[in-house]
Amino acid sequence: MSIRVGESAQAATFPKAAKKLLQNTQLRRNVRRATDTIRGKRAKVVDEMPDWQALRTAGQQIKKRTLRNLDSYLVQFEKACTAAGGKVHWARDADEANAIIIGIIQSHGQKEVIKVKTMTSDETRLNHALEAVGIEPYETDLADLIIQLGHDKPSHIVVPALHKNKSEIRQIFMDTMGLKELGHAPEDLAAAARNFLRERFLRVKVGFSGANFAVAETGSVCVVESEGNGRMCVTLPDVLITMFGVEKIVPSFDDLEVFLQLLPRSATGERMNPYNSIWTGVTPGDGPKEFHVVLLDNGRTKVLADEESRETLHCIRCAACLNACPVYRQTGGHAYGSIYSGPIGAILTPQLQGMEHSTSLPYASSLCGACYEVCPVKINIPEILIHLRRKIVESGGAALTERMGMAVAGYTLADSSRLGKAQKLVQLGRQPLDAIGLPGWSAARDLPTIPTQTFREWWKTRGAK
Amino acid sequence: MVEDTRCEVSTAREDILQRVRAAIGKQAADEPVERDYRQTPSLSEGEKIDLFIDRLHDYNAQVYRCGPGEEAATIAEALAARGKTRILIPPGFPAHLLPTGPTFVPDTQLDYREIDATEGALTAATAAIAMTGSLILTHSETEGRRALTLIPDYHLCMVYTNQLVETVPEGLRALGGRRTSPVTTIAGPSATADIEMTRVKGVHGPRVLDVIIVAV
Repeated sequence: MSIRVGESAQAATFPKAAKKLLQNTQLRRNVRRATDTIRGKRAKVVDEMPDWQALRTAGQQIKKRTLRNLDSYLVQFEKACTAAGGKVHWARDADEANAIIIGIIQSHGQKEVIKVKTMTSDETRLNHALEAVGIEPYETDLADLIIQLGHDKPSHIVVPALHKNKSEIRQIFMDTMGLKELGHAPEDLAAAARNFLRERFLRVKVGFSGANFAVAETGSVCVVESEGNGRMCVTLPDVLITMFGVEKIVPSFDDLEVFLQLLPRSATGERMNPYNSIWTGVTPGDGPKEFHVVLLDNGRTKVLADEESRETLHCIRCAACLNACPVYRQTGGHAYGSIYSGPIGAILTPQLQGMEHSTSLPYASSLCGACYEVCPVKINIPEILIHLRRKIVESGGAALTERMGMAVAGYTLADSSRLGKAQKLVQLGRQPLDAIGLPGWSAARDLPTIPTQTFREWWKTRGAK
Repeated sequence: MVEDTRCEVSTAREDILQRVRAAIGKQAADEPVERDYRQTPSLSEGEKIDLFIDRLHDYNAQVYRCGPGEEAATIAEALAARGKTRILIPPGFPAHLLPTGPTFVPDTQLDYREIDATEGALTAATAAIAMTGSLILTHSETEGRRALTLIPDYHLCMVYTNQLVETVPEGLRALGGRRTSPVTTIAGPSATADIEMTRVKGVHGPRVLDVIIVAV
């Protein structure tokens, strides 16, 4: 079985990648500007909701309910979707999912597919697999189009081209769309994308989408978007293929009323995103004649098995944690070496693809807790980061100094006389320690100043007075 | 090719379900869900309509208000203001609500390219949500199939005050038995914030949305 999360297995470790990206001042300016804007908008529309905390709690509990009974909800979804005219496929990993999708497209003799933004297909590297067999995927989300035309990589879950400013985008469009003239305003760039894609929307016979939510009760699928490219992809083609991770299920149709409030306010700071499409199987005379669902595991059941970090699967991909994270805001998304960046990426990527491929990611955080505070489904990211760090240390993945240090600390702190002796020792060794530092530890951290007097010594003198 | 895939898929199905069951254990039980969020209205009828209009304006939608029996005149006014003379309508749109003057073309399964060549579409709606300025279509005979309100560059939508609710939960529950029809919620014209997080009106969906609110 090969579990792949984009190309992340080959990515550089976080500190190395971050160090390089921090030197790119244009990119840092773009990232800071964009995240500041979204944060401001989000705060405004969240503050006007007196029941925000109640919505978060309901969101968290619905996700918890889903995961605790995931097998029966998956079967229920399959049954309802099939009854409504859909075909449900199951894929254990990325390669299996891609093979199913290619099989469907080839069975219709088609060579093109229009795609609406989906992280899941970035995860399975679907475009790469399609191109390898001569099928051309067209990304239709504006940011994804920018990434695809510019041969770039997404740096944000919701706004993948957030690291590009408008003049950089203009240049990409002029170079790749064969335009001699193009205005500088965002409106001009959006109009160029509209013209570029319109003919493809009307021509291409196969559409591909992800899903934000899938309803077990009715077999319905929901796609949340802004531009109308999602509506185009799920409405106009004859054949529609929708792939999503098994954790995207919600038990009942009414559960959508919670997430359709949490998601837009958290993701883009809007009261409601321009468009939500919800469809159930096939509707004669309206939309695709054939509808396929691919249910993807690709490591999710492994995450499910760890009770302490299971809630990672609650994620609704709003990216509020990225925008809030002081680390992400400095480095941008590429440093994480995964399509899932920021705090959620730091816990999701290592769990999906195996800790051994991404031991540096759970350390890409100051544990400040800003991510937990803004998470619409209350994922305790800092706690999961610590849990994952413990797993890395236990499996021998951490630096020797850290493992030894923690072992010695455990031994010393377990006994008060040992602690006293140790403190004396540290005071004596203060100057040499300051001079040499701790290899592997103090490279990125300042060693604390060691006081001339310990707390216990001070307490004794205080008692004598 | 497809047959082979299907064979493999059924094994994958058993494998995935087995992995899920192993992961969650036998203790699988119903988790309680507290729904303490707002699900009922708190505004008066007038305040609700004002809020809806305020939200629509926020999205730069043009809003018209009229009383019962004034639909045709208001439709004529809205189309004239946009300079529209040839408009698509769903096959079941009530003929007595249409003004004389503009040409109304019923969508009798027109080709997508024919729809692309038209000036816009006029439809009814199933429900509307004041808090988010959302129109909800379930693509009935008076709302048209999804392509009708997607491909043209202009959408004029008519909604009655007794279809307007205050909150999102009320809006979704108003769908009733139509929730398994295709559902589209529309909050303003299509937009993107992908370029420097600036909301740009109009990408692939209709770039202009006007709304007529009919008092009942």
